[in-house]
Amino acid sequence: MKPALVGTAAREESARIRTDDLSVWYGRIEAICHVTMDFGANQVTALIGPSGCGKSTFLRALNRMNEVLPGVRTQGRVLIDGRDIYAPGTDPVAIRSQVGMVFQRPNPFPFSVFDNVAYGPRRHGVSGKGELYAIVERSLREAFLWDEVADRLRSPALNLSGGQQQRLCIARALAVRPEVLLMDEPASALDPVATGRIEDLLFELKRSYTIIVVTHNMQQAARISERTGFFLHGELVECEATADIFTRPKDPRTEAYITGRFG
Amino acid sequence: MALLALAPLVVILGYLLAGGLPAISWEFLTQGPSNMMRSGGIFPALVGTFLLVVGSSLVAVPLGVAGGLYLSEYAGPGVFTRLIRLAVLNLAGVPSVVYGLFGLGFFVVLLKMGVSVLAGSLTLGLLVLPIVIAATEEAARNVPDSHRHASLALGATRWATVWNVILPGARPGILTGTILAVSRVAGETAPIMFTAAAFFLPRLPGSPFDPVMALPYHLYVLSTEVARADPKIRLGTALVLVGLILLSNLVAIVLRARMRAKQGGGGV
Repeated sequence: MKPALVGTAAREESARIRTDDLSVWYGRIEAICHVTMDFGANQVTALIGPSGCGKSTFLRALNRMNEVLPGVRTQGRVLIDGRDIYAPGTDPVAIRSQVGMVFQRPNPFPFSVFDNVAYGPRRHGVSGKGELYAIVERSLREAFLWDEVADRLRSPALNLSGGQQQRLCIARALAVRPEVLLMDEPASALDPVATGRIEDLLFELKRSYTIIVVTHNMQQAARISERTGFFLHGELVECEATADIFTRPKDPRTEAYITGRFG
Repeated sequence: MALLALAPLVVILGYLLAGGLPAISWEFLTQGPSNMMRSGGIFPALVGTFLLVVGSSLVAVPLGVAGGLYLSEYAGPGVFTRLIRLAVLNLAGVPSVVYGLFGLGFFVVLLKMGVSVLAGSLTLGLLVLPIVIAATEEAARNVPDSHRHASLALGATRWATVWNVILPGARPGILTGTILAVSRVAGETAPIMFTAAAFFLPRLPGSPFDPVMALPYHLYVLSTEVARADPKIRLGTALVLVGLILLSNLVAIVLRARMRAKQGGGGV
Protein backbone atom coordinates (compact mmCIF):
# COMPACT_ATOMS: atom_id res chain seq x y z
CA MET A 1 0.00 0.00 0.00
CA LYS A 2 1.44 3.33 -1.03
CA PRO A 3 0.96 6.03 1.56
CA ALA A 4 -1.73 8.48 0.67
CA LEU A 5 -0.34 11.67 -0.73
CA VAL A 6 -2.34 14.34 0.95
CA GLY A 7 -3.12 18.00 0.58
CA THR A 8 -3.48 20.20 -2.43
CA ALA A 9 -0.63 22.04 -4.04
CA ALA A 10 -1.75 25.23 -2.33
CA ARG A 11 -1.66 23.48 1.03
CA GLU A 12 1.89 22.26 0.43
CA GLU A 13 2.94 25.81 -0.33
CA SER A 14 1.78 27.02 3.05
CA ALA A 15 2.91 23.92 4.93
CA ARG A 16 4.95 24.75 7.98
CA ILE A 17 6.28 21.25 8.39
CA ARG A 18 6.51 18.61 5.75
CA THR A 19 7.78 15.10 6.09
CA ASP A 20 9.12 13.60 2.93
CA ASP A 21 9.30 9.81 2.68
CA LEU A 22 10.10 9.56 6.40
CA SER A 23 10.95 6.14 7.80
CA VAL A 24 12.08 5.22 11.30
CA TRP A 25 13.60 1.93 12.41
CA TYR A 26 14.01 0.46 15.89
CA GLY A 27 16.92 -1.84 15.17
CA ARG A 28 15.58 -3.91 12.27
CA ILE A 29 11.92 -3.17 12.85
CA GLU A 30 10.49 -0.45 10.66
CA ALA A 31 8.22 1.55 12.97
CA ILE A 32 7.39 4.29 10.45
CA CYS A 33 7.21 3.48 6.74
CA HIS A 34 7.64 6.17 4.10
CA VAL A 35 5.35 8.80 5.57
CA THR A 36 4.84 11.96 3.56
CA MET A 37 2.67 14.49 5.32
CA ASP A 38 2.09 18.24 5.65
CA PHE A 39 1.29 20.34 8.68
CA GLY A 40 -0.17 23.79 8.18
CA ALA A 41 0.91 26.79 10.21
CA ASN A 42 -1.30 27.85 13.12
CA GLN A 43 -3.33 24.69 12.93
CA VAL A 44 -3.89 21.81 15.27
CA THR A 45 -3.22 18.51 13.54
CA ALA A 46 -4.23 15.35 15.39
CA LEU A 47 -2.49 12.02 14.87
CA ILE A 48 -4.72 9.07 15.71
CA GLY A 49 -4.37 5.33 15.49
CA PRO A 50 -4.26 2.22 17.65
CA SER A 51 -1.50 1.64 20.21
CA GLY A 52 1.80 0.74 18.59
CA CYS A 53 0.87 2.26 15.23
CA GLY A 54 3.92 4.51 15.36
CA LYS A 55 2.24 7.87 15.91
CA SER A 56 4.42 8.75 18.90
CA THR A 57 7.55 7.62 17.06
CA PHE A 58 6.52 9.82 14.15
CA LEU A 59 6.02 12.76 16.51
CA ARG A 60 9.47 12.31 18.04
CA ALA A 61 10.98 12.26 14.57
CA LEU A 62 9.82 15.85 14.15
CA ASN A 63 12.22 17.23 16.79
CA ARG A 64 14.85 14.50 16.55
CA MET A 65 13.99 13.13 19.98
CA ASN A 66 14.18 9.57 18.67
CA GLU A 67 17.94 9.99 18.69
CA VAL A 68 17.85 10.05 22.47
CA LEU A 69 16.73 6.41 22.45
CA PRO A 70 19.29 3.73 21.59
CA GLY A 71 19.17 1.94 18.26
CA VAL A 72 16.81 4.26 16.40
CA ARG A 73 17.52 5.11 12.75
CA THR A 74 15.73 7.71 10.67
CA GLN A 75 15.53 8.04 6.89
CA GLY A 76 13.91 10.62 4.67
CA ARG A 77 13.47 14.29 5.28
CA VAL A 78 11.61 16.53 7.70
CA LEU A 79 11.32 20.03 6.32
CA ILE A 80 10.51 22.92 8.62
CA ASP A 81 9.96 26.07 6.59
CA GLY A 82 11.72 24.27 3.76
CA ARG A 83 14.83 23.36 5.76
CA ASP A 84 15.63 19.69 6.37
CA ILE A 85 16.24 19.13 10.08
CA TYR A 86 18.08 15.89 9.26
CA ALA A 87 20.49 17.57 6.87
CA PRO A 88 24.13 16.83 7.74
CA GLY A 89 25.56 19.39 10.12
CA THR A 90 22.21 20.30 11.63
CA ASP A 91 22.37 20.54 15.40
CA PRO A 92 19.48 18.62 17.04
CA VAL A 93 19.81 20.92 20.06
CA ALA A 94 18.92 23.92 17.90
CA ILE A 95 16.02 22.04 16.32
CA ARG A 96 14.55 21.24 19.72
CA SER A 97 14.37 24.85 20.76
CA GLN A 98 12.47 25.55 17.54
CA VAL A 99 10.16 22.54 17.96
CA GLY A 100 8.94 22.15 21.54
CA MET A 101 7.52 18.98 23.04
CA VAL A 102 5.05 18.07 25.76
CA PHE A 103 5.08 14.49 26.99
CA GLN A 104 2.37 12.03 27.87
CA ARG A 105 2.99 12.10 31.60
CA PRO A 106 3.60 15.47 33.25
CA ASN A 107 7.36 15.55 33.87
CA PRO A 108 8.22 18.72 35.77
CA PHE A 109 11.72 18.86 37.19
CA PRO A 110 11.98 18.56 40.97
CA PHE A 111 12.60 22.31 41.11
CA SER A 112 10.36 25.25 41.94
CA VAL A 113 7.58 26.34 39.58
CA PHE A 114 9.69 29.33 38.55
CA ASP A 115 12.85 27.31 37.90
CA ASN A 116 10.92 24.83 35.78
CA VAL A 117 9.64 27.50 33.41
CA ALA A 118 12.95 29.37 33.46
CA TYR A 119 14.90 26.20 32.65
CA GLY A 120 14.83 26.51 28.87
CA PRO A 121 15.53 30.26 28.68
CA ARG A 122 18.41 29.87 31.13
CA ARG A 123 19.99 27.16 28.96
CA HIS A 124 19.72 29.53 26.04
CA GLY A 125 21.56 32.27 27.80
CA VAL A 126 18.87 34.42 29.44
CA SER A 127 20.14 35.37 32.88
CA GLY A 128 18.67 38.78 33.77
CA LYS A 129 16.26 38.47 36.69
CA GLY A 130 13.69 40.85 35.27
CA GLU A 131 13.85 39.29 31.82
CA LEU A 132 13.46 35.78 33.22
CA TYR A 133 10.54 36.82 35.38
CA ALA A 134 8.82 38.38 32.37
CA ILE A 135 9.28 35.19 30.34
CA VAL A 136 8.02 33.02 33.20
CA GLU A 137 4.95 35.17 33.74
CA ARG A 138 4.11 35.34 30.05
CA SER A 139 4.57 31.58 29.56
CA LEU A 140 2.45 30.74 32.61
CA ARG A 141 -0.27 33.10 31.42
CA GLU A 142 -0.18 31.49 27.98
CA ALA A 143 -0.65 28.11 29.64
CA PHE A 144 -3.59 29.39 31.74
CA LEU A 145 -1.67 28.62 34.88
CA TRP A 146 -0.56 32.03 36.12
CA ASP A 147 -3.59 32.75 38.30
CA GLU A 148 -3.18 29.44 40.11
CA VAL A 149 0.54 29.62 40.83
CA ALA A 150 1.39 33.34 40.89
CA ASP A 151 1.68 33.28 44.69
CA ARG A 152 3.76 30.11 44.85
CA LEU A 153 6.36 30.43 42.12
CA ARG A 154 8.99 29.39 44.65
CA SER A 155 7.28 26.24 45.85
CA PRO A 156 8.14 22.81 44.40
CA ALA A 157 6.47 22.04 41.07
CA LEU A 158 5.86 18.47 42.19
CA ASN A 159 3.38 19.77 44.79
CA LEU A 160 1.01 20.92 42.01
CA SER A 161 -1.88 18.73 40.86
CA GLY A 162 -1.44 16.51 37.80
CA GLY A 163 -3.37 18.88 35.53
CA GLN A 164 -1.42 21.86 36.80
CA GLN A 165 1.84 19.98 36.31
CA GLN A 166 0.95 19.29 32.68
CA ARG A 167 0.08 22.94 32.06
CA LEU A 168 3.38 23.81 33.76
CA CYS A 169 5.16 21.52 31.27
CA ILE A 170 3.37 23.35 28.46
CA ALA A 171 4.45 26.69 29.91
CA ARG A 172 7.99 25.35 30.20
CA ALA A 173 7.96 24.40 26.52
CA LEU A 174 6.47 27.77 25.52
CA ALA A 175 9.15 29.67 27.46
CA VAL A 176 11.71 28.65 24.81
CA ARG A 177 9.54 30.40 22.19
CA PRO A 178 9.20 27.44 19.84
CA GLU A 179 7.39 27.77 16.56
CA VAL A 180 5.98 24.28 16.64
CA LEU A 181 4.56 22.41 19.62
CA LEU A 182 4.48 18.61 19.63
CA MET A 183 2.20 16.98 22.17
CA ASP A 184 2.23 13.25 22.86
CA GLU A 185 -1.15 12.35 24.38
CA PRO A 186 -0.87 15.38 26.67
CA ALA A 187 -4.12 14.68 28.49
CA SER A 188 -4.11 10.90 28.75
CA ALA A 189 -2.89 10.92 32.34
CA LEU A 190 -5.38 13.59 33.43
CA ASP A 191 -8.95 13.65 34.71
CA PRO A 192 -11.78 15.02 32.48
CA VAL A 193 -11.73 18.51 34.02
CA ALA A 194 -7.99 18.88 33.58
CA THR A 195 -8.31 17.43 30.07
CA GLY A 196 -10.91 20.08 29.23
CA ARG A 197 -8.55 22.81 30.33
CA ILE A 198 -5.75 21.45 28.15
CA GLU A 199 -8.10 21.33 25.16
CA ASP A 200 -9.23 24.94 25.76
CA LEU A 201 -5.60 25.86 25.98
CA LEU A 202 -4.80 24.27 22.60
CA PHE A 203 -7.53 26.35 21.06
CA GLU A 204 -5.81 29.53 22.25
CA LEU A 205 -2.27 28.38 21.52
CA LYS A 206 -2.82 27.66 17.85
CA ARG A 207 -3.08 31.41 17.24
CA SER A 208 0.66 31.59 17.85
CA TYR A 209 1.92 28.06 17.35
CA THR A 210 1.71 25.18 14.92
CA ILE A 211 0.50 22.27 17.00
CA ILE A 212 0.67 18.52 16.41
CA VAL A 213 -1.12 16.34 18.94
CA VAL A 214 -0.96 12.57 19.26
CA THR A 215 -4.11 11.22 20.83
CA HIS A 216 -5.81 7.86 21.19
CA ASN A 217 -9.05 9.61 21.96
CA MET A 218 -11.03 10.19 18.78
CA GLN A 219 -13.56 12.53 20.39
CA GLN A 220 -10.62 14.63 21.49
CA ALA A 221 -9.17 14.66 17.97
CA ALA A 222 -12.56 15.73 16.64
CA ARG A 223 -12.87 18.52 19.23
CA ILE A 224 -9.45 20.09 18.96
CA SER A 225 -8.02 19.62 15.49
CA GLU A 226 -8.45 21.06 12.00
CA ARG A 227 -6.77 18.11 10.37
CA THR A 228 -6.38 14.50 11.38
CA GLY A 229 -3.94 11.86 10.24
CA PHE A 230 -4.72 8.18 10.78
CA PHE A 231 -1.75 5.86 11.36
CA LEU A 232 -1.81 2.08 11.15
CA HIS A 233 1.19 -0.27 11.39
CA GLY A 234 3.61 2.59 10.80
CA GLU A 235 1.85 3.88 7.70
CA LEU A 236 -0.11 7.05 7.25
CA VAL A 237 -3.41 5.68 5.98
CA GLU A 238 -4.99 9.03 5.31
CA CYS A 239 -4.81 12.63 6.36
CA GLU A 240 -7.76 14.93 5.79
CA ALA A 241 -9.69 17.78 7.31
CA THR A 242 -10.93 16.49 10.66
CA ALA A 243 -14.57 17.02 9.75
CA ASP A 244 -14.09 14.85 6.66
CA ILE A 245 -12.15 12.04 8.23
CA PHE A 246 -14.80 11.45 10.86
CA THR A 247 -17.76 11.68 8.47
CA ARG A 248 -16.49 10.52 5.09
CA PRO A 249 -13.32 8.49 5.54
CA LYS A 250 -11.85 7.45 2.21
CA ASP A 251 -10.02 4.36 3.33
CA PRO A 252 -11.98 1.37 4.66
CA ARG A 253 -9.34 0.89 7.39
CA THR A 254 -9.95 4.42 8.66
CA GLU A 255 -13.64 3.77 8.72
CA ALA A 256 -13.14 0.49 10.57
CA TYR A 257 -11.02 2.27 13.18
CA ILE A 258 -13.23 5.27 13.81
CA THR A 259 -16.37 3.17 13.95
CA GLY A 260 -14.67 1.12 16.65
CA ARG A 261 -14.12 -2.17 14.91
CA PHE A 262 -10.54 -2.36 16.23
CA GLY A 263 -8.04 -0.42 18.25
CA MET B 1 14.38 -9.12 64.90
CA ALA B 2 14.90 -5.38 64.77
CA LEU B 3 15.76 -5.40 68.45
CA LEU B 4 18.23 -8.20 67.84
CA ALA B 5 19.91 -6.17 65.12
CA LEU B 6 20.05 -3.19 67.42
CA ALA B 7 21.48 -5.14 70.34
CA PRO B 8 25.17 -5.14 69.31
CA LEU B 9 25.11 -1.38 68.77
CA VAL B 10 23.48 -0.81 72.15
CA VAL B 11 25.96 -3.12 73.89
CA ILE B 12 28.99 -1.52 72.23
CA LEU B 13 27.78 2.01 72.85
CA GLY B 14 26.86 1.16 76.42
CA TYR B 15 30.29 -0.32 77.04
CA LEU B 16 32.03 2.70 75.52
CA LEU B 17 29.85 5.17 77.35
CA ALA B 18 30.28 3.48 80.70
CA GLY B 19 34.04 3.20 80.36
CA GLY B 20 34.85 6.23 78.25
CA LEU B 21 32.52 8.99 79.31
CA PRO B 22 34.38 9.69 82.57
CA ALA B 23 37.53 10.36 80.53
CA ILE B 24 35.92 12.95 78.30
CA SER B 25 36.45 16.52 79.27
CA TRP B 26 37.36 19.78 77.60
CA GLU B 27 41.01 19.08 78.38
CA PHE B 28 40.76 15.58 76.87
CA LEU B 29 39.54 17.06 73.59
CA THR B 30 41.87 20.06 73.46
CA GLN B 31 45.20 18.81 74.80
CA GLY B 32 47.84 16.44 73.57
CA PRO B 33 48.82 13.17 75.22
CA SER B 34 51.28 13.39 78.08
CA ASN B 35 53.33 11.07 80.28
CA MET B 36 54.05 8.60 77.47
CA MET B 37 50.37 8.65 76.45
CA ARG B 38 49.29 7.40 79.85
CA SER B 39 47.44 10.65 80.49
CA GLY B 40 46.42 13.81 78.67
CA GLY B 41 44.14 14.24 75.69
CA ILE B 42 43.64 13.37 72.05
CA PHE B 43 43.65 16.78 70.38
CA PRO B 44 46.38 16.06 67.77
CA ALA B 45 44.68 12.81 66.78
CA LEU B 46 41.35 14.60 66.45
CA VAL B 47 42.90 17.25 64.19
CA GLY B 48 44.74 14.59 62.19
CA THR B 49 41.60 12.59 61.55
CA PHE B 50 39.81 15.78 60.51
CA LEU B 51 42.62 16.63 58.04
CA LEU B 52 42.61 13.11 56.59
CA VAL B 53 38.83 13.17 56.17
CA VAL B 54 38.91 16.54 54.41
CA GLY B 55 41.94 15.57 52.30
CA SER B 56 40.52 12.24 51.17
CA SER B 57 37.18 13.91 50.35
CA LEU B 58 39.01 16.39 48.15
CA VAL B 59 40.49 13.43 46.29
CA ALA B 60 37.49 11.10 46.16
CA VAL B 61 34.50 13.39 45.68
CA PRO B 62 35.40 15.22 42.44
CA LEU B 63 36.87 12.08 40.84
CA GLY B 64 34.14 9.79 42.11
CA VAL B 65 31.23 12.03 41.12
CA ALA B 66 32.73 12.60 37.67
CA GLY B 67 33.33 8.86 37.26
CA GLY B 68 29.84 7.92 38.43
CA LEU B 69 28.22 10.46 36.10
CA TYR B 70 30.35 9.19 33.22
CA LEU B 71 29.27 5.60 33.82
CA SER B 72 25.62 6.54 34.15
CA GLU B 73 25.26 9.22 31.46
CA TYR B 74 27.98 8.85 28.87
CA ALA B 75 29.42 5.33 28.84
CA GLY B 76 27.94 3.13 26.16
CA PRO B 77 26.96 -0.47 26.72
CA GLY B 78 30.25 -1.89 25.36
CA VAL B 79 32.97 -4.16 26.73
CA PHE B 80 35.05 -1.20 27.90
CA THR B 81 32.25 0.04 30.15
CA ARG B 82 31.78 -3.42 31.59
CA LEU B 83 35.49 -3.58 32.34
CA ILE B 84 35.40 -0.25 34.16
CA ARG B 85 32.40 -1.33 36.19
CA LEU B 86 34.10 -4.62 37.06
CA ALA B 87 37.22 -2.75 38.11
CA VAL B 88 35.23 -0.42 40.36
CA LEU B 89 33.47 -3.36 41.94
CA ASN B 90 36.75 -5.16 42.58
CA LEU B 91 38.44 -2.06 43.97
CA ALA B 92 35.65 -1.79 46.50
CA GLY B 93 36.45 -5.33 47.61
CA VAL B 94 40.20 -4.88 48.07
CA PRO B 95 41.15 -5.12 51.79
CA SER B 96 42.13 -1.79 53.27
CA VAL B 97 45.56 -3.02 54.33
CA VAL B 98 46.36 -3.58 50.66
CA TYR B 99 45.52 0.07 50.01
CA GLY B 100 47.88 0.90 52.84
CA LEU B 101 50.70 -1.08 51.28
CA PHE B 102 49.98 0.39 47.88
CA GLY B 103 50.03 3.89 49.37
CA LEU B 104 53.35 3.12 51.04
CA GLY B 105 54.90 1.81 47.85
CA PHE B 106 53.47 4.37 45.46
CA PHE B 107 52.85 7.67 47.24
CA VAL B 108 55.27 7.46 50.16
CA VAL B 109 58.26 5.83 48.48
CA LEU B 110 57.97 6.14 44.73
CA LEU B 111 56.51 9.66 44.61
CA LYS B 112 58.65 10.61 47.62
CA MET B 113 55.79 12.15 49.58
CA GLY B 114 56.99 10.52 52.77
CA VAL B 115 54.65 9.52 55.57
CA SER B 116 52.38 12.53 55.34
CA VAL B 117 48.86 13.94 55.38
CA LEU B 118 49.08 14.12 51.61
CA ALA B 119 50.03 10.47 51.09
CA GLY B 120 47.40 9.37 53.62
CA SER B 121 44.69 11.49 52.01
CA LEU B 122 45.47 10.11 48.57
CA THR B 123 45.48 6.54 49.88
CA LEU B 124 42.22 6.97 51.76
CA GLY B 125 40.76 8.83 48.77
CA LEU B 126 41.49 5.84 46.55
CA LEU B 127 39.99 3.55 49.17
CA VAL B 128 36.61 5.30 49.11
CA LEU B 129 36.66 6.25 45.43
CA PRO B 130 34.74 3.10 44.37
CA ILE B 131 32.07 3.81 46.98
CA VAL B 132 31.60 7.38 45.75
CA ILE B 133 31.52 6.21 42.11
CA ALA B 134 28.95 3.52 42.85
CA ALA B 135 26.79 5.89 44.94
CA THR B 136 26.90 8.55 42.23
CA GLU B 137 26.12 6.13 39.42
CA GLU B 138 23.17 4.67 41.27
CA ALA B 139 21.83 8.08 42.28
CA ALA B 140 22.13 9.33 38.68
CA ARG B 141 20.40 6.23 37.35
CA ASN B 142 17.55 6.86 39.74
CA VAL B 143 16.84 10.21 38.09
CA PRO B 144 13.91 9.33 35.82
CA ASP B 145 14.46 9.32 32.05
CA SER B 146 11.47 11.64 31.74
CA HIS B 147 13.61 14.39 33.27
CA ARG B 148 16.43 13.78 30.79
CA HIS B 149 13.97 13.83 27.91
CA ALA B 150 12.25 16.98 29.18
CA SER B 151 15.58 18.77 29.35
CA LEU B 152 16.77 17.61 25.92
CA ALA B 153 13.40 18.49 24.37
CA LEU B 154 13.82 22.03 25.67
CA GLY B 155 16.95 22.38 23.58
CA ALA B 156 19.43 21.75 26.39
CA THR B 157 22.68 20.03 25.47
CA ARG B 158 23.58 16.71 26.99
CA TRP B 159 26.15 18.30 29.27
CA ALA B 160 23.67 21.00 30.35
CA THR B 161 21.22 18.22 31.16
CA VAL B 162 23.77 16.35 33.27
CA TRP B 163 24.83 19.50 35.11
CA ASN B 164 21.41 21.07 35.66
CA VAL B 165 19.06 18.11 35.98
CA ILE B 166 20.91 14.88 36.68
CA LEU B 167 23.38 16.25 39.22
CA PRO B 168 20.76 18.14 41.30
CA GLY B 169 18.44 15.14 41.15
CA ALA B 170 21.20 12.79 42.23
CA ARG B 171 22.61 15.10 44.88
CA PRO B 172 20.81 13.57 47.91
CA GLY B 173 22.05 10.11 46.94
CA ILE B 174 25.57 11.32 46.18
CA LEU B 175 25.76 13.21 49.45
CA THR B 176 24.55 10.30 51.53
CA GLY B 177 26.92 7.88 49.84
CA THR B 178 29.81 10.29 50.19
CA ILE B 179 29.26 11.02 53.86
CA LEU B 180 28.97 7.30 54.62
CA ALA B 181 32.18 6.72 52.67
CA VAL B 182 33.94 9.55 54.46
CA SER B 183 32.87 8.30 57.87
CA ARG B 184 34.52 5.04 56.89
CA VAL B 185 37.70 7.01 56.23
CA ALA B 186 37.57 8.38 59.75
CA GLY B 187 37.67 4.89 61.18
CA GLU B 188 40.24 3.22 58.92
CA THR B 189 43.53 2.23 60.51
CA ALA B 190 45.39 0.03 58.08
CA PRO B 191 45.66 2.46 55.13
CA ILE B 192 47.13 5.25 57.26
CA MET B 193 49.43 3.10 59.34
CA PHE B 194 52.20 3.22 56.74
CA THR B 195 51.20 6.38 54.87
CA ALA B 196 50.17 9.14 57.26
CA ALA B 197 50.00 8.24 60.91
CA ALA B 198 52.59 8.98 63.52
CA PHE B 199 53.01 7.16 66.79
CA PHE B 200 53.28 10.36 68.75
CA LEU B 201 53.71 13.97 67.73
CA PRO B 202 54.12 16.88 70.08
CA ARG B 203 53.06 19.38 67.42
CA LEU B 204 50.31 19.66 64.83
CA PRO B 205 51.38 19.20 61.20
CA GLY B 206 52.64 22.37 59.59
CA SER B 207 52.27 21.27 55.95
CA PRO B 208 50.67 18.47 53.90
CA PHE B 209 54.06 16.77 53.90
CA ASP B 210 54.05 16.27 57.67
CA PRO B 211 52.74 13.11 59.34
CA VAL B 212 49.78 13.35 61.71
CA MET B 213 48.29 11.49 64.60
CA ALA B 214 44.85 10.01 63.90
CA LEU B 215 42.16 8.63 66.16
CA PRO B 216 42.02 5.02 64.95
CA TYR B 217 45.78 4.61 64.88
CA HIS B 218 46.10 6.31 68.24
CA LEU B 219 43.59 3.83 69.61
CA TYR B 220 45.59 0.99 68.14
CA VAL B 221 48.76 2.34 69.70
CA LEU B 222 47.11 2.84 73.08
CA SER B 223 45.81 -0.73 73.01
CA THR B 224 48.97 -2.49 71.91
CA GLU B 225 52.06 -0.43 72.50
CA VAL B 226 51.55 1.53 75.69
CA ALA B 227 52.23 -0.46 78.81
CA ARG B 228 49.85 0.12 81.72
CA ALA B 229 47.72 2.55 79.74
CA ASP B 230 44.68 3.97 81.47
CA PRO B 231 41.66 2.07 80.07
CA LYS B 232 39.61 5.20 80.61
CA ILE B 233 41.65 7.05 77.99
CA ARG B 234 41.41 4.14 75.59
CA LEU B 235 37.65 3.88 75.90
CA GLY B 236 37.32 7.65 75.79
CA THR B 237 39.22 7.74 72.49
CA ALA B 238 37.07 4.97 71.09
CA LEU B 239 33.96 6.80 72.22
CA VAL B 240 35.00 10.00 70.44
CA LEU B 241 35.77 8.08 67.24
CA VAL B 242 32.47 6.17 67.24
CA GLY B 243 30.62 9.33 68.22
CA LEU B 244 32.11 11.21 65.26
CA ILE B 245 31.10 8.47 62.85
CA LEU B 246 27.57 8.24 64.21
CA LEU B 247 27.30 12.03 64.04
CA SER B 248 28.34 12.17 60.38
CA ASN B 249 25.87 9.38 59.55
CA LEU B 250 23.18 11.38 61.30
CA VAL B 251 24.13 14.46 59.28
CA ALA B 252 23.82 12.37 56.10
CA ILE B 253 20.31 11.26 57.01
CA VAL B 254 19.14 14.75 57.97
CA LEU B 255 20.62 16.32 54.83
CA ARG B 256 18.98 13.76 52.59
CA ALA B 257 15.61 14.26 54.23
CA ARG B 258 15.86 18.02 53.90
CA MET B 259 16.87 17.87 50.24
CA ARG B 260 14.01 15.54 49.47
CA ALA B 261 11.55 17.84 51.20
CA LYS B 262 12.84 20.73 49.12
CA GLN B 263 12.25 18.84 45.88
CA GLY B 264 8.65 18.28 46.91
CA GLY B 265 6.14 15.63 45.93
CA GLY B 266 7.99 12.89 47.77
CA GLY B 267 11.22 13.61 45.90
CA VAL B 268 13.17 11.49 43.49
